[in-house]
Amino acid sequence: MERTDAQLVAALRAGDEEAFRELVRSWNAPLLRVAQIFVPSRAVAEEVVQETWVRVLGALDRFEGRSTLKTWVFRILVNTAKTRAQREGRSIPFSSLQDPGRVPEAAVEPERFLPEDHPQHPGGWASPPRDLPEDRLLAAETRQRIAQAIDALPANQRAVISLRDVEGWSADEVRNALDLSEVNQRVLLHRGRARVRKELERYLT
Amino acid sequence: MTVDTESLSCQELVELVTDYLEGALEGALLQRVEAHLAACPDCSKYLEQLRQTIQVVGTLTIEDLSPDAERTLMHAFRDWQAGS
Repeated sequence: MERTDAQLVAALRAGDEEAFRELVRSWNAPLLRVAQIFVPSRAVAEEVVQETWVRVLGALDRFEGRSTLKTWVFRILVNTAKTRAQREGRSIPFSSLQDPGRVPEAAVEPERFLPEDHPQHPGGWASPPRDLPEDRLLAAETRQRIAQAIDALPANQRAVISLRDVEGWSADEVRNALDLSEVNQRVLLHRGRARVRKELERYLT
Repeated sequence: MTVDTESLSCQELVELVTDYLEGALEGALLQRVEAHLAACPDCSKYLEQLRQTIQVVGTLTIEDLSPDAERTLMHAFRDWQAGS
Protein backbone atom coordinates (compact mmCIF):
# COMPACT_ATOMS: atom_id res chain seq x y z
CA MET A 1 0.00 0.00 0.00
CA GLU A 2 1.30 3.45 -0.92
CA ARG A 3 1.50 5.70 2.09
CA THR A 4 1.50 9.44 1.88
CA ASP A 5 4.68 11.23 2.93
CA ALA A 6 2.96 12.45 6.09
CA GLN A 7 1.93 8.89 7.03
CA LEU A 8 5.40 7.60 6.30
CA VAL A 9 7.11 10.28 8.39
CA ALA A 10 4.68 9.66 11.23
CA ALA A 11 5.42 5.92 11.08
CA LEU A 12 9.17 6.53 11.18
CA ARG A 13 8.85 8.93 14.09
CA ALA A 14 6.78 6.30 15.89
CA GLY A 15 9.61 3.79 15.45
CA ASP A 16 7.97 1.62 12.78
CA GLU A 17 10.90 -0.56 11.71
CA GLU A 18 9.06 -2.19 8.81
CA ALA A 19 8.26 1.22 7.34
CA PHE A 20 11.95 2.13 7.50
CA ARG A 21 13.06 -1.22 6.08
CA GLU A 22 10.67 -0.87 3.16
CA LEU A 23 11.88 2.64 2.47
CA VAL A 24 15.61 1.84 2.49
CA ARG A 25 14.98 -1.18 0.29
CA SER A 26 12.88 0.57 -2.28
CA TRP A 27 15.13 3.60 -2.67
CA ASN A 28 18.45 1.77 -2.44
CA ALA A 29 19.13 1.34 -6.15
CA PRO A 30 18.33 4.94 -7.15
CA LEU A 31 20.26 6.32 -4.17
CA LEU A 32 23.31 4.30 -5.20
CA ARG A 33 23.04 5.43 -8.81
CA VAL A 34 22.90 9.06 -7.82
CA ALA A 35 25.71 8.76 -5.27
CA GLN A 36 27.90 7.25 -7.98
CA ILE A 37 27.69 10.49 -9.98
CA PHE A 38 29.86 12.06 -7.30
CA VAL A 39 32.01 9.38 -5.74
CA PRO A 40 34.40 7.07 -7.55
CA SER A 41 33.53 3.61 -6.31
CA ARG A 42 30.58 1.48 -5.57
CA ALA A 43 31.89 0.88 -2.04
CA VAL A 44 32.08 4.59 -1.27
CA ALA A 45 28.63 5.11 -2.80
CA GLU A 46 27.25 2.50 -0.41
CA GLU A 47 28.80 4.37 2.51
CA VAL A 48 27.30 7.61 1.25
CA VAL A 49 23.85 5.98 1.15
CA GLN A 50 24.28 4.72 4.71
CA GLU A 51 25.40 8.15 5.89
CA THR A 52 22.46 9.72 4.09
CA TRP A 53 19.94 7.61 5.98
CA VAL A 54 21.54 8.51 9.29
CA ARG A 55 21.32 12.19 8.34
CA VAL A 56 17.74 11.76 7.15
CA LEU A 57 16.72 10.29 10.50
CA GLY A 58 18.57 13.03 12.37
CA ALA A 59 16.81 15.72 10.36
CA LEU A 60 13.38 14.08 10.18
CA ASP A 61 11.86 16.40 12.75
CA ARG A 62 12.72 19.29 10.45
CA PHE A 63 11.00 17.76 7.41
CA GLU A 64 8.14 20.13 6.70
CA GLY A 65 6.66 18.59 3.59
CA ARG A 66 7.50 21.55 1.38
CA SER A 67 9.05 19.10 -1.05
CA THR A 68 8.21 15.43 -1.32
CA LEU A 69 10.02 13.11 1.07
CA LYS A 70 11.77 11.56 -1.94
CA THR A 71 13.14 14.88 -3.18
CA TRP A 72 14.20 15.80 0.34
CA VAL A 73 16.06 12.52 0.87
CA PHE A 74 17.79 12.77 -2.51
CA ARG A 75 18.88 16.35 -1.81
CA ILE A 76 20.45 15.14 1.43
CA LEU A 77 22.12 12.34 -0.53
CA VAL A 78 23.56 14.77 -3.10
CA ASN A 79 24.96 17.00 -0.34
CA THR A 80 26.39 14.03 1.51
CA ALA A 81 27.98 12.68 -1.68
CA LYS A 82 29.48 16.07 -2.59
CA THR A 83 30.98 16.46 0.87
CA ARG A 84 32.39 12.97 0.68
CA ALA A 85 33.83 13.63 -2.79
CA GLN A 86 35.57 16.75 -1.53
CA ARG A 87 36.98 14.90 1.43
CA GLU A 88 38.32 12.29 -0.96
CA GLY A 89 39.98 15.06 -2.93
CA ARG A 90 37.87 14.32 -5.95
CA SER A 91 36.77 17.24 -8.05
CA ILE A 92 33.03 17.16 -8.33
CA PRO A 93 31.79 16.67 -11.87
CA PHE A 94 29.30 19.41 -11.20
CA SER A 95 29.55 20.89 -14.69
CA SER A 96 28.75 17.53 -16.22
CA LEU A 97 25.44 17.51 -14.39
CA GLN A 98 24.63 21.18 -14.80
CA ASP A 99 25.82 21.67 -18.34
CA PRO A 100 25.90 18.40 -20.22
CA GLY A 101 25.25 20.18 -23.50
CA ARG A 102 28.70 21.71 -23.57
CA VAL A 103 30.20 18.56 -25.00
CA PRO A 104 28.26 17.49 -28.07
CA GLU A 105 27.49 13.81 -28.51
CA ALA A 106 25.71 12.35 -31.53
CA ALA A 107 22.83 9.95 -30.85
CA VAL A 108 23.79 7.98 -33.96
CA GLU A 109 27.25 7.67 -35.54
CA PRO A 110 27.59 10.43 -38.19
CA GLU A 111 28.92 7.93 -40.72
CA ARG A 112 25.49 6.26 -40.82
CA PHE A 113 24.13 9.34 -42.58
CA LEU A 114 24.64 10.70 -46.09
CA PRO A 115 26.75 13.86 -46.29
CA GLU A 116 25.23 17.32 -45.95
CA ASP A 117 25.93 18.02 -49.63
CA HIS A 118 24.27 14.87 -50.91
CA PRO A 119 22.13 15.87 -53.92
CA GLN A 120 18.97 13.86 -53.03
CA HIS A 121 19.04 13.21 -49.30
CA PRO A 122 21.42 15.44 -47.37
CA GLY A 123 21.68 14.05 -43.85
CA GLY A 124 19.48 11.06 -44.75
CA TRP A 125 20.19 7.54 -43.59
CA ALA A 126 23.04 5.79 -45.43
CA SER A 127 22.80 2.77 -43.16
CA PRO A 128 19.24 2.80 -41.80
CA PRO A 129 18.11 1.00 -38.63
CA ARG A 130 16.65 -2.45 -39.14
CA ASP A 131 14.00 -4.50 -37.40
CA LEU A 132 15.07 -5.94 -34.09
CA PRO A 133 14.04 -9.58 -33.58
CA GLU A 134 11.04 -9.38 -31.23
CA ASP A 135 11.62 -12.88 -29.84
CA ARG A 136 15.08 -11.98 -28.55
CA LEU A 137 14.23 -8.52 -27.30
CA LEU A 138 13.34 -9.54 -23.76
CA ALA A 139 15.57 -12.62 -23.55
CA ALA A 140 17.75 -12.90 -20.45
CA GLU A 141 20.95 -12.46 -22.49
CA THR A 142 19.66 -9.29 -24.10
CA ARG A 143 18.65 -7.83 -20.77
CA GLN A 144 22.05 -8.66 -19.35
CA ARG A 145 23.74 -6.85 -22.25
CA ILE A 146 21.54 -3.85 -21.66
CA ALA A 147 22.29 -3.83 -17.94
CA GLN A 148 26.01 -3.84 -18.83
CA ALA A 149 25.48 -1.02 -21.31
CA ILE A 150 23.83 1.05 -18.57
CA ASP A 151 26.69 0.30 -16.19
CA ALA A 152 29.13 1.52 -18.83
CA LEU A 153 27.40 4.91 -19.23
CA PRO A 154 28.88 8.10 -17.78
CA ALA A 155 27.57 8.33 -14.22
CA ASN A 156 25.22 11.25 -14.86
CA GLN A 157 23.53 9.54 -17.84
CA ARG A 158 23.40 6.30 -15.90
CA ALA A 159 21.66 7.99 -12.99
CA VAL A 160 19.04 9.68 -15.17
CA ILE A 161 18.21 6.61 -17.29
CA SER A 162 18.06 4.44 -14.15
CA LEU A 163 15.66 6.77 -12.40
CA ARG A 164 13.48 7.39 -15.45
CA ASP A 165 13.43 4.06 -17.26
CA VAL A 166 14.32 1.45 -14.64
CA GLU A 167 12.62 3.03 -11.62
CA GLY A 168 9.87 4.74 -13.59
CA TRP A 169 10.24 8.18 -12.04
CA SER A 170 8.71 11.18 -13.78
CA ALA A 171 10.88 13.84 -15.39
CA ASP A 172 9.93 16.26 -12.59
CA GLU A 173 10.92 13.81 -9.86
CA VAL A 174 14.33 13.36 -11.47
CA ARG A 175 14.79 17.10 -11.96
CA ASN A 176 13.94 17.81 -8.35
CA ALA A 177 16.03 15.02 -6.89
CA LEU A 178 19.10 15.97 -8.91
CA ASP A 179 18.45 19.71 -9.10
CA LEU A 180 18.59 19.59 -12.90
CA SER A 181 17.01 21.94 -15.40
CA GLU A 182 14.35 20.50 -17.72
CA VAL A 183 16.70 20.76 -20.66
CA ASN A 184 19.62 19.06 -18.92
CA GLN A 185 17.45 16.24 -17.66
CA ARG A 186 16.37 15.62 -21.25
CA VAL A 187 19.90 15.89 -22.65
CA LEU A 188 21.16 13.27 -20.22
CA LEU A 189 18.17 11.00 -20.86
CA HIS A 190 18.58 11.41 -24.61
CA ARG A 191 22.25 10.49 -24.54
CA GLY A 192 21.82 7.61 -22.16
CA ARG A 193 18.98 6.09 -24.16
CA ALA A 194 20.82 6.65 -27.45
CA ARG A 195 23.90 4.80 -26.20
CA VAL A 196 21.84 1.92 -24.86
CA ARG A 197 19.91 1.71 -28.15
CA LYS A 198 23.21 1.47 -30.02
CA GLU A 199 24.19 -1.47 -27.87
CA LEU A 200 20.79 -3.13 -28.33
CA GLU A 201 21.02 -2.74 -32.10
CA ARG A 202 24.62 -3.92 -32.19
CA TYR A 203 23.76 -6.99 -30.16
CA LEU A 204 20.56 -7.97 -31.95
CA THR A 205 21.41 -7.24 -35.60
CA MET B 1 21.79 22.65 -32.44
CA THR B 2 19.92 24.97 -34.74
CA VAL B 3 17.24 23.14 -36.58
CA ASP B 4 15.95 24.37 -39.88
CA THR B 5 12.27 23.63 -39.48
CA GLU B 6 11.70 23.87 -43.20
CA SER B 7 13.62 20.71 -43.96
CA LEU B 8 14.49 18.34 -41.18
CA SER B 9 17.10 15.76 -42.14
CA CYS B 10 17.15 12.28 -40.65
CA GLN B 11 20.37 13.18 -38.87
CA GLU B 12 18.63 16.14 -37.23
CA LEU B 13 15.53 14.14 -36.44
CA VAL B 14 17.31 11.49 -34.37
CA GLU B 15 18.50 14.25 -32.04
CA LEU B 16 14.90 15.37 -31.48
CA VAL B 17 13.27 12.05 -30.63
CA THR B 18 13.69 12.39 -26.86
CA ASP B 19 12.19 15.89 -26.90
CA TYR B 20 9.39 14.40 -29.03
CA LEU B 21 8.75 11.46 -26.69
CA GLU B 22 8.92 13.78 -23.66
CA GLY B 23 6.27 16.07 -25.15
CA ALA B 24 8.76 18.95 -25.18
CA LEU B 25 8.24 19.94 -28.80
CA GLU B 26 5.63 22.37 -29.94
CA GLY B 27 4.49 24.48 -32.87
CA ALA B 28 6.18 24.29 -36.24
CA LEU B 29 8.99 22.04 -35.04
CA LEU B 30 6.56 19.45 -33.67
CA GLN B 31 4.68 19.48 -36.96
CA ARG B 32 7.92 19.00 -38.89
CA VAL B 33 8.93 16.06 -36.70
CA GLU B 34 5.54 14.42 -37.09
CA ALA B 35 5.51 15.00 -40.84
CA HIS B 36 9.03 13.60 -41.17
CA LEU B 37 8.16 10.49 -39.14
CA ALA B 38 4.99 9.93 -41.17
CA ALA B 39 6.98 10.05 -44.41
CA CYS B 40 10.21 8.34 -43.33
CA PRO B 41 10.12 4.60 -42.54
CA ASP B 42 13.80 4.64 -41.50
CA CYS B 43 13.29 7.28 -38.84
CA SER B 44 10.10 5.53 -37.72
CA LYS B 45 12.22 2.41 -37.31
CA TYR B 46 14.71 4.39 -35.27
CA LEU B 47 11.90 5.64 -33.03
CA GLU B 48 10.62 2.09 -32.68
CA GLN B 49 14.09 0.87 -31.66
CA LEU B 50 14.26 3.59 -29.07
CA ARG B 51 10.85 2.59 -27.68
CA GLN B 52 12.05 -1.01 -27.59
CA THR B 53 15.15 0.13 -25.74
CA ILE B 54 12.99 1.86 -23.13
CA GLN B 55 10.89 -1.29 -22.87
CA VAL B 56 13.92 -3.54 -22.26
CA VAL B 57 15.44 -1.12 -19.75
CA GLY B 58 12.10 -1.11 -17.94
CA THR B 59 12.33 -4.86 -17.33
CA LEU B 60 15.69 -4.71 -15.58
CA THR B 61 15.63 -5.81 -11.99
CA ILE B 62 16.37 -3.40 -9.28
CA GLU B 63 19.45 -3.93 -7.18
CA ASP B 64 18.68 -5.22 -3.75
CA LEU B 65 20.09 -3.78 -0.60
CA SER B 66 22.76 -6.12 0.73
CA PRO B 67 21.84 -7.90 3.97
CA ASP B 68 24.86 -6.29 5.67
CA ALA B 69 23.90 -2.79 4.64
CA GLU B 70 20.31 -3.42 5.72
CA ARG B 71 21.43 -4.66 9.15
CA THR B 72 23.58 -1.57 9.64
CA LEU B 73 20.69 0.68 8.70
CA MET B 74 18.25 -1.09 11.00
CA HIS B 75 20.76 -0.63 13.83
CA ALA B 76 20.99 3.05 12.99
CA PHE B 77 17.21 3.28 13.06
CA ARG B 78 17.00 1.67 16.50
CA ASP B 79 19.80 3.93 17.80
CA TRP B 80 17.94 6.92 16.46
CA GLN B 81 14.72 5.77 18.10
CA ALA B 82 16.49 5.18 21.40
CA GLY B 83 18.04 8.62 21.28
CA SER B 84 15.00 10.66 20.26
